[in-house]
Amino acid sequence: MNRLAKIMAGTFLAGAGAAHAADLEVTHWWTSGGEAAAVSEFAKAFTENTDHNWVDGAIAGSGGTARPIIISRIIGGDPMGATQLNHGRQAEELIEAGLLTDLTELAEKEGWKDVVNPSSLLDACTYEGRIYCVPVNIHSWQWIWLSHDAYETAGLDVPADWNEFVASAPKLQEAGIVPLAMGQQSWQQNGAFGVLAIAIAGVDAWRKVVVDRDADAAMGPEYQKVFEAIVTARELAADSNVQDWNQATNMVITGKAGAQIMGDWAQGEFQIAEQVAGEDYTCLPGLGINEILDTGGDAFYFPVIDDPAVQEAQMALASTLISPDVQVAFNLKKGSLPVRGDVDLSAANDCMQKGLDILKAGGILPSGEMNLTPDTQTQIEDLMAEFWSTDMSAGDAQERYADIIRSSE
Amino acid sequence: MSDLSSINTSERKQAQRPVSLFRNLSAKIASIPMILTALVVFVGGTAWTVVHSFTSSKLLPKTNFVGFEQYERLWTTRRWLVSLENLALYGILSLVFTLVIGFTLAALLDRKIRGENVFRTIFLYPFALSFIVTGLAWQWILNPDLGIQHVVRSLGWESFTFNPLNDPDIVMYGILIAGLWQGTGLIMVIMLAGLRGIDEDIWKAARVDGIGTVKTYVVVIIPMMRPVFVTALVLIASGIIKLYDLVVALTNGGPGIASEVPAKYVIQYMFRAQNLGQGFAASTMMLVSVAIILIPWAYLEFGGRKRG
Repeated sequence: MNRLAKIMAGTFLAGAGAAHAADLEVTHWWTSGGEAAAVSEFAKAFTENTDHNWVDGAIAGSGGTARPIIISRIIGGDPMGATQLNHGRQAEELIEAGLLTDLTELAEKEGWKDVVNPSSLLDACTYEGRIYCVPVNIHSWQWIWLSHDAYETAGLDVPADWNEFVASAPKLQEAGIVPLAMGQQSWQQNGAFGVLAIAIAGVDAWRKVVVDRDADAAMGPEYQKVFEAIVTARELAADSNVQDWNQATNMVITGKAGAQIMGDWAQGEFQIAEQVAGEDYTCLPGLGINEILDTGGDAFYFPVIDDPAVQEAQMALASTLISPDVQVAFNLKKGSLPVRGDVDLSAANDCMQKGLDILKAGGILPSGEMNLTPDTQTQIEDLMAEFWSTDMSAGDAQERYADIIRSSE
Repeated sequence: MSDLSSINTSERKQAQRPVSLFRNLSAKIASIPMILTALVVFVGGTAWTVVHSFTSSKLLPKTNFVGFEQYERLWTTRRWLVSLENLALYGILSLVFTLVIGFTLAALLDRKIRGENVFRTIFLYPFALSFIVTGLAWQWILNPDLGIQHVVRSLGWESFTFNPLNDPDIVMYGILIAGLWQGTGLIMVIMLAGLRGIDEDIWKAARVDGIGTVKTYVVVIIPMMRPVFVTALVLIASGIIKLYDLVVALTNGGPGIASEVPAKYVIQYMFRAQNLGQGFAASTMMLVSVAIILIPWAYLEFGGRKRG
């Protein structure tokens, strides 16, 4: 009896001790070099500034691999302490089912509404007036990265926009350089399509198609030009047979390819390769045509867990993620823009400064993820996968794209 | 299959007197968990899936019925049609080649050759590897910069081209090669066991009658091995329907959507696209196609025997 009592007392004490310092498992899919360096800033700040511990739950593979794992864990009753998701419509149903923690109280106390810029980021976290996630960075797709090395080899000046780039392509090919690096994965092909749509069709036509889901606009002359442009892009990328996006970025870094259309996360790879913006590579927001950025990005959600210690840790983490110092440290490593308008980013490089200026000038759009359901996105990705690997004509692709837009919700 | 055997037992139960319910009681109690698993997990799960395929469930299962809408969308989706074409092509070729190669290898081993154990081990060994490992290994072998094409070119044939995984027209054949490499060993062993079960006297009689070896195989031995062929057929067919991990490891459906298969469509729409209804509709179609093939066959196989 005596021994049993001792064991029980010991267990109780251990349990009581854990109540102060909880281990919080955080899942995310930031595993490439630049990304891992950035996320360790979060872990460091959280472990140092609070009593709690960051337990890293990195899931290898892209968001497409990690998201189903994360969502099945939340639905299946084995929730993690906190998790990365792209904000937007992905978490809508989880919120409806009451599986995610309401952060409104903390947000009001810390005045997130006043500091988060652009405010659309917080709107994407808001469902029926309550806030359910913490935005941590702004990522935009609308960038083209050009290799100075490649253009030097071909004896050309670095182009200033997409049209000049297309005109320079034959010379690059003569010099044995692949004009456009493109990873053979549907999300990258779909991303490039989205970027070309905003740059070439213009913001108004894009809004009609993606935000209002107007199929007639998708069949219109503006979008016809977009589909003609991706036919050109497909020809320019014909000799690029890498898979992952960072392999494609690497082709630009090493001068094997002239350019890549990729979001600003590519920046982290240039940084790790110790390249300098403006000297070794050039970045053109909006392909140099339409200087406007979409404001997608990452956010953290906190599944409901019935344990006061964990709940306390969750709130502490939410508050850490959005605090000014952590925002600066994280985003400098990640190559993304901070979600706060009130932090000092003088340490940021050329490309990030360009992005910040565009944000200040208000050149922002909601991202595709905020407007289209994962279902519609997958259908468009399937179409793009087929388009980029076959010789499907611009007209056929446009018709099938319009069909998808027509049937979307 | 399981349905049929359960029908058999229930019919048998009715035929006997009710007292027999308590005969072998402990054995019956012991089998309750398995019966429950079969009913709840297999039959129940299947019924639940079919019912929800008529709803507009997205991320979470809901019961707002929309009729055949999911099926209409499914049958107008290019990717699903391509998946079915690919499965049919892979299925037919894999069935034919696995049986032919498996039987030929078994017959060769059965000629009492030296080192039979060594050959049997070599042929069976790929079966010990998972599809993922098989897929990765063949991805390297078929890679133009590392594998067969590179080796042949470095031997002097500079213009030799063999790059199935990056060519949409022949990518399924690349997958077929890997699948055959993995699967024929097992079929060979089953065939070999069947051949060993043939009485020596049959061979002696055939020799006395002056029938040639090949003709003996085709006319006498193969018809005698019918049950073995049925087993092999079931094993191969189930492997074809669940073709998924080999494709994921080898090509991940690419280039483009040229090597997509139905199982991959189901997974993609259930989890990635967060559209359960569409995924359930696709998996129900897979079940229906299996049933269309299996029911007539099972009827011929088991229905005939009961009467006889």
